Amino acid sequence: MNNLIILPILIPLITGVVLIFFTKNIMAQRWISAISALLTIVVSFMLANHVYRNGIQTMDLSNWEAPYGITLVSDMLSALLVLTTSIIAFAALFYSFKSIGEARERFFYYPVVNFLIVGVNGAFTTGDIFNLFVFFEVMLMSSYVLIVLGGTKIQLRESIKYILVNVISSALFVIAVAYLYSVVGTLNMAHISVRLSEIGSAGIITVIAVLFLIVFGLKGAIFPLYFWLPGSYYAPPAPVMALFGALLTKVGVYSITRTYTLFFYHDVGYTHQLLQILAVMTIIAGVIGALAYTDIKKIIIYNIIVAVGVILFGVSVLTPESLTGSIFYLIHDMNIKATLFLLIGIIIVITGTSDLEKISGLINRYPALGWTFFIATAALAGIPPLSGFAGKLMVVRSGFETENYIGAFVVLMSSLLVLFSVMRIFIRGFWGTPRAYKNEDKAPVKWLLVAPAILTAFAVLYGFGTEAIYPVISTAAETLANPEIYINAVLKE
Amino acid sequence: MEILMSFLIGILFMTATYLMLSKSLLRIIIGTGLLSHGAHLLLLTMGGLKRGAAPLLGEKASSYADPLPQALILTAIVISFGVTAFFLVVAYRAYQELGTDNMDRLRGKEGHE
Repeated sequence: MNNLIILPILIPLITGVVLIFFTKNIMAQRWISAISALLTIVVSFMLANHVYRNGIQTMDLSNWEAPYGITLVSDMLSALLVLTTSIIAFAALFYSFKSIGEARERFFYYPVVNFLIVGVNGAFTTGDIFNLFVFFEVMLMSSYVLIVLGGTKIQLRESIKYILVNVISSALFVIAVAYLYSVVGTLNMAHISVRLSEIGSAGIITVIAVLFLIVFGLKGAIFPLYFWLPGSYYAPPAPVMALFGALLTKVGVYSITRTYTLFFYHDVGYTHQLLQILAVMTIIAGVIGALAYTDIKKIIIYNIIVAVGVILFGVSVLTPESLTGSIFYLIHDMNIKATLFLLIGIIIVITGTSDLEKISGLINRYPALGWTFFIATAALAGIPPLSGFAGKLMVVRSGFETENYIGAFVVLMSSLLVLFSVMRIFIRGFWGTPRAYKNEDKAPVKWLLVAPAILTAFAVLYGFGTEAIYPVISTAAETLANPEIYINAVLKE
Repeated sequence: MEILMSFLIGILFMTATYLMLSKSLLRIIIGTGLLSHGAHLLLLTMGGLKRGAAPLLGEKASSYADPLPQALILTAIVISFGVTAFFLVVAYRAYQELGTDNMDRLRGKEGHE
């Protein structure tokens, strides 16, 4: 029992509720949300530290003991993800102060961002499968508002498709939970795992596993189910894109990781093979998209899909080393995707376009922006010693060790092509002859650059400090590789 | 009773799929409503249908219905109600702004804006 667990959910929730009463006072909104985001970072850092020292922490809501009540569980993985989420949320909020525009600020932008964080942190922390659904809905509801907020034509058009896809996937989630409940008769995730290992392998469990893969795959954008993502993420402004790209898909990836390591690890022949094939296809589809477009937003959006594939490939290999690699890469990717979206947001503010053909020579007037972008792209591709390297190395190595040569090779090749796809932005956008842009002088570039620069610094530190962070991440992977640790911590047997 | 419910759920899903494949936005929204109804009924049926007893009254109760699926569909109904309401508002606003509710014209190609 530890009340620290619920604070990263509770602080944004209360902030969101309070902010609704201050819609007209924008300064108050900015200050309150900044302070609460900082507070969330401090609390989630304390939580991560506590989990690292004392093992998995659980909290039974209303003192209903597991498996009867809803349990919040914070193992190393979820504590780390909550910490990363809090940092990204702060960066995105800080960036929003000067870029999101007064109209959006007046119409509940800050409360909704806070509710989004509630959903994301809740989904990472909960230990109850139906509660996961509820937190998914909290997150999705906020994302519906964020994607449509502003009411431009493209936003309205894309939000309809986004809502439709997610409504269908929510219905499938309910169906998957219904099937699972009829088989195991419980909703507590640790208890489900115990019951499933008593049942052993049965056809219905494979069906449920695939159904969960479809549900979370729709949210996490894996191979045939990513079709909605490039269009929808294209519509909202940069800070919202950063929140979506860094957090929403990763919640789907986290849920696949959690269910495929905690529930469906008995009969891995079919399900994990399927996951592996889909992960490899996801990487290929993402790379093709990233290379095909000359629109900077589209290039980064397709890179989200590539990263999802890499992480899930590590999960599907299912060795302790590959899981460590996946977690390394997951945290790196959340950080770096937020950075890149915020950086291209600045480019769009300066130039007024996201079309690479119309941008050139930016480094002449904005050297700091240029070099930050360069470091971020190098980190994204995984150039040592920056942050993407260690995770990818471990994923690839364990792929070769378990003789999944094709998958490991695709991951390896994808790094090169990813590097090419983002370096294209650097070469064509930052080099070349400088041009004059219309609203250039009004752009608050210095202010906007603070948040992505801090995140880039994190990426560099994360890369150089791999040795120091490794024990923390391997603790997280150990829990995933040995579900008994999770089960014993929750059910206290 | 379970068989009958299965048929009902199947028909709901079938109708929902048909409606969601149509071009008109309003039909699509009605389709999502039916889809979530089907999912909720499935949740109720999967918990096991029983007659003639209240959910768990005391430890000595000889027969009782499982209260959990009921709590779950209550939650799911509330959520889908909220989402449907929001969806309708967004659809209406999109109709005002874009001047069409035909999904074929909302693809986002050149010239559609």
